[in-house]
Amino acid sequence: MRKWSVTLSVLVGALFLASLLTGPAGLPAMDSLRALAFGGDGPIPIVMREIRLPRAILGLAIGAGLGLTGAALQGYLRNPLAEPGLIGISGMAALGAVIAIQTGLSLAAMSALPLAAMAGATAGVALLVALAGPRGGSVTLILAGVAISALAGAGTALVLNLSPNPYAANEIVFWLMGSLADKSMLHVWLALPPMALGAGLILSVRRALDALTLGEAAAQTLGISGTGLRWRLIAGTALVVGPATAVAGAIGFVGLVIPHILRPLVGARPSALLPASALGGAALLLAADVAVRLIVPDRDLKLGVLTAIVGAPLFLHLIWKTRSGGRV
Amino acid sequence: MVLRLSGLSVTRRRRPVLHGVNLALGSGEFVGLIGPNGAGKSSLMEAALGLIPFTGTSSLAAMPADRRARHATYLPQSREIAWPVSVEDLVALGRIPWPGGGRSGEDRAAIDAAIARMGLEAFRKRTALRLSGGEQNRALIARALAQDTPMLIADEPIAGLDPAQQLACLRLFRDLAAEGRTVLASIHDLGLAARFCTRLVLLSGGHVLADGPADAVLGDDLLRRAFGITVRRVETPDGPAILPV
Repeated sequence: MRKWSVTLSVLVGALFLASLLTGPAGLPAMDSLRALAFGGDGPIPIVMREIRLPRAILGLAIGAGLGLTGAALQGYLRNPLAEPGLIGISGMAALGAVIAIQTGLSLAAMSALPLAAMAGATAGVALLVALAGPRGGSVTLILAGVAISALAGAGTALVLNLSPNPYAANEIVFWLMGSLADKSMLHVWLALPPMALGAGLILSVRRALDALTLGEAAAQTLGISGTGLRWRLIAGTALVVGPATAVAGAIGFVGLVIPHILRPLVGARPSALLPASALGGAALLLAADVAVRLIVPDRDLKLGVLTAIVGAPLFLHLIWKTRSGGRV
Repeated sequence: MVLRLSGLSVTRRRRPVLHGVNLALGSGEFVGLIGPNGAGKSSLMEAALGLIPFTGTSSLAAMPADRRARHATYLPQSREIAWPVSVEDLVALGRIPWPGGGRSGEDRAAIDAAIARMGLEAFRKRTALRLSGGEQNRALIARALAQDTPMLIADEPIAGLDPAQQLACLRLFRDLAAEGRTVLASIHDLGLAARFCTRLVLLSGGHVLADGPADAVLGDDLLRRAFGITVRRVETPDGPAILPV
């Protein structure tokens, strides 16, 4: 376990650096880092501090958030197919963003799109709480999440359908694919505080998720409050996934695949898997974001497309491998 | 008293399943809860633990959750192990209610003692889900022992076990009671319940039909009323064998 956390931390550090040093500007590595650390005149400090640094920070934070919430939801629902998008918050955030693009609100101010997406995420949480209530088991939460996702998907489709402006429709489609390109420190300041709060909430229920290994009734008799756990998990996931979707769009498969990859390595205990999945998610998203810049540098390959293209076969391979070995 | 229930009533899906049950359990008792399916045995245990809504009082459910977890352990019937964790990690879950949370010296000692008592030393690092059903059950009981509470509440602990495992489980519960703990377990095998429990509580239709030593509770008339069966009793050197006919 400790060995893996060190390995993953080193990997994340290296990929963070790689993300800082990758880009169309083709700057020399040492000059770039010097400009990042000490500033100075000319274009290099601007590129480093205002283009690459926010991109790398968001890659790290969003990847970590997706890995963490994926592992937490899998632990809570005791279902290895759970993922951060399951409870419908990312779908509602996307709907908020889509409405902002369609109405032209996103052109008014840089912060309008992420704020509209966060408003969508908040509406999603309100709906989720109303549907799944403070009491009730994990199945209600899944059902409510599926219903909200479907609703958000229908709303997004409706906006696209009625869009009189093909350029707006085009922009919506590309935004939905998910990307970290062209993000500024404004996005970082908008997304990071709520995400950190959400991650803190989720990490605070680690042992409660461990107890759930024995089922909900046994966990309660170990002193775990089912209602408290549920609130923290819903609030934590929403605070991580809402802002993440708001600034980067929908990025799939990270939260689903990472806990699967790490479970055989660090063990299936949720309290060990949660921090490991955060590191693993950060590594995967940073790597993918470096890859989209290297594979087709002259075309804007979307991050969400790459994670799905890499993630889906990886997931198939994991299912194939574990099929004979009993449980996934 | 380790557990006191008074006027305990439970309604499930608008159907009453438990009617004003009074029960007091002292230390050193191994109480077998018997009765037909649907008599309210599981509801009684779940309400006593505060897991389901009820009216009346349960001394256990009245405790704050953290203190309750250090007073009573629950072994549910489902025997769920959701993730492929090692036997050692599974047993360590029993230490969650205690201050060390699984890492203090006291925790290590309780975990080691529970593993040793269930004969699981060789399986310590093995994945619990890859063990046989009987071994998994032993690991779950070890988890319960690690919680180290004065009281153990077990819902059908011997259902689905082979005869040797059934005997081992009931012997363990009898030993726990002899050490001064209190065990409340629902058991369907009347003969085994009569042999191992210090006291039986016969539940039928949500009422306590009889409560006392096995001879008094397993009377022909009571069993006919509760189960609608007659039984043959054969005295053996190891206690009565009870055969439903």
